Amino acid sequence: MSKIATREAYGKALAQLGAQNPAVVVLDADLSKSTKTADFAKVFPERFFNVGIAEQNLMGIAAGLAAAGKIPFASTFAMFATGRAFEQIRNSIAYPRLNVKIAATHAGITVGEDGGSHQTVEDIALMRVLPGMTVIVPADGIEAEQAVFAAAVHQGPVYLRFGRSAVPQVNADNYRFEIGKIYELRPGRDVTIFACGIMVAEALNAAENLAADGIEAQVINVPTIKPLDAEAVVQAARLTGAVVTAEEHSIIGGLGSAITETLAEHYPVLVERVGIKDTFGESGQPAELLQKYGLTAEAIRAAVFRVLKRREGK
Amino acid sequence: MTMVEADVRLIAEKAKEMRRQIIRMIGAAQSGHPGGSLSAADIVATLYFHEMRVDPAQPHWPERDRFVLCKGHAAPVLYAALAEKGFFPKEELLTLRRINSRLQGHPDMKKLPGVEMSTGSLGQGLSVSVGMALAARLDQVAWRVYALLGDGEIQEGQVWEAAMAAAHYKLDNLCAILDYNGLQIDGPCCEVMNSEPVAEKWRAFGWHVLEIDGHDITAIIGALAQARQTKGQPTIIIARTIKGKGVSFMEKQVGWHGTAPKPEQVEAALAELA
Repeated sequence: MSKIATREAYGKALAQLGAQNPAVVVLDADLSKSTKTADFAKVFPERFFNVGIAEQNLMGIAAGLAAAGKIPFASTFAMFATGRAFEQIRNSIAYPRLNVKIAATHAGITVGEDGGSHQTVEDIALMRVLPGMTVIVPADGIEAEQAVFAAAVHQGPVYLRFGRSAVPQVNADNYRFEIGKIYELRPGRDVTIFACGIMVAEALNAAENLAADGIEAQVINVPTIKPLDAEAVVQAARLTGAVVTAEEHSIIGGLGSAITETLAEHYPVLVERVGIKDTFGESGQPAELLQKYGLTAEAIRAAVFRVLKRREGK
Repeated sequence: MTMVEADVRLIAEKAKEMRRQIIRMIGAAQSGHPGGSLSAADIVATLYFHEMRVDPAQPHWPERDRFVLCKGHAAPVLYAALAEKGFFPKEELLTLRRINSRLQGHPDMKKLPGVEMSTGSLGQGLSVSVGMALAARLDQVAWRVYALLGDGEIQEGQVWEAAMAAAHYKLDNLCAILDYNGLQIDGPCCEVMNSEPVAEKWRAFGWHVLEIDGHDITAIIGALAQARQTKGQPTIIIARTIKGKGVSFMEKQVGWHGTAPKPEQVEAALAELA
């Protein structure tokens, strides 16, 4: 199966979107070759604005374009988009509910060699806390492409999180993404694994291995972290009674938090969270980092064992 | 009396009425920023009653000029202008900063018609203005963008990111006005963090720079006209103003940056502005 980075899919989708919708404009902060907005810039140079290394201004200009009726996609690395320009996103985009799409790439530790300064594992938390912000974390190229089109027709601010490294396809060729929905990729009655982004593929691998252990794990892809499909999350938890979450993000504030908050309020079950455990990353190859920081199918499998053991002990 | 003289007289009347409203609303709220609202009154009056094309009957008229109050804490001067222009009833001014009011402590575009951008966090408005100006150019439409900045505000780094971009994109449909009243919360701007030489900085960033007396309405009219005729670069009008202008006991007093007048001070101020 072919592998593609979600940022690659973003660049391709953006160029297509630009042809369909003249209101779409794209902004970047000197990273257009890496974020892949260069694909759009090549075809629509007049609708592309490279604002230089100035992320606060990037978000402000995007807000102004949106206030005048454009549909801006503002791109840079996730670290700088959500970290450097957090308050600009908060006050110039989210507070006035302007129609800006923040399309951030190089999220998480798979940025790799650049190291901890560039590996944001906080971005989902930062965006999720903003009122009215939609937060989407695509798992593969198909989902990334469709998320771009869905974001463009959605009224209001959207955060799209893309990765640097190539990821395998996890969704079917005829997959249809909708904002605010979660998707069962594998049925199972013993435990539910909620995953997003690159961890969806790991969750599927974990489920495969767990089947050999005699455990039937349900795998659910959660591309929209906010608004979370709470009803479907509760429904899955009711079915299996044990939950594992998996994300390339801090276990604080991201998918694991969102799922846990929802379940605690509506249907408390035991939960184990796989993610970055309140620490910064470091330089290394993506695969080495995923191994070292416990973001693997094996780590998910171990979390499933833990949650099932805790349930037995109850 | 020539037409310009008649206009100047009208604008001066409007500015005085706006100053009265600023005092009344901040007095009623017992909260707000009188100093920087009063210093900007002549500029904002000239924009709304001479320069800008806006229609209170259609606040979202696509062809309208846009005004961004970057120094959002001067919301009372904007509210006074919008009410005077007819965007909403003047009685509503007295709801400033109260619960359920459309007149938030800092302007909220989602609540009040006529407010083009939600502002308040300093340094963000000029970037938004750049975005609006880019949109106007993309659509090849004639409306212009006016951004009112505070002199303390230009200490924010983002202002200079936006200044660089506006000149880079040659946004001659953007006009910034600097309300240079010389004072910020903690004291004189030059003592807190000196940003002089201000005119040279903007010039070095590629802007067409005009320096005027920000209370001389004829000069404001002239500078705005010059800005309109300037091609290939954005214009900034550095307007020397007096913080608290029009109320003798507030003028040049740093303490009146964010303090509301007591009822007897409201009376005294209104008597001066009669």
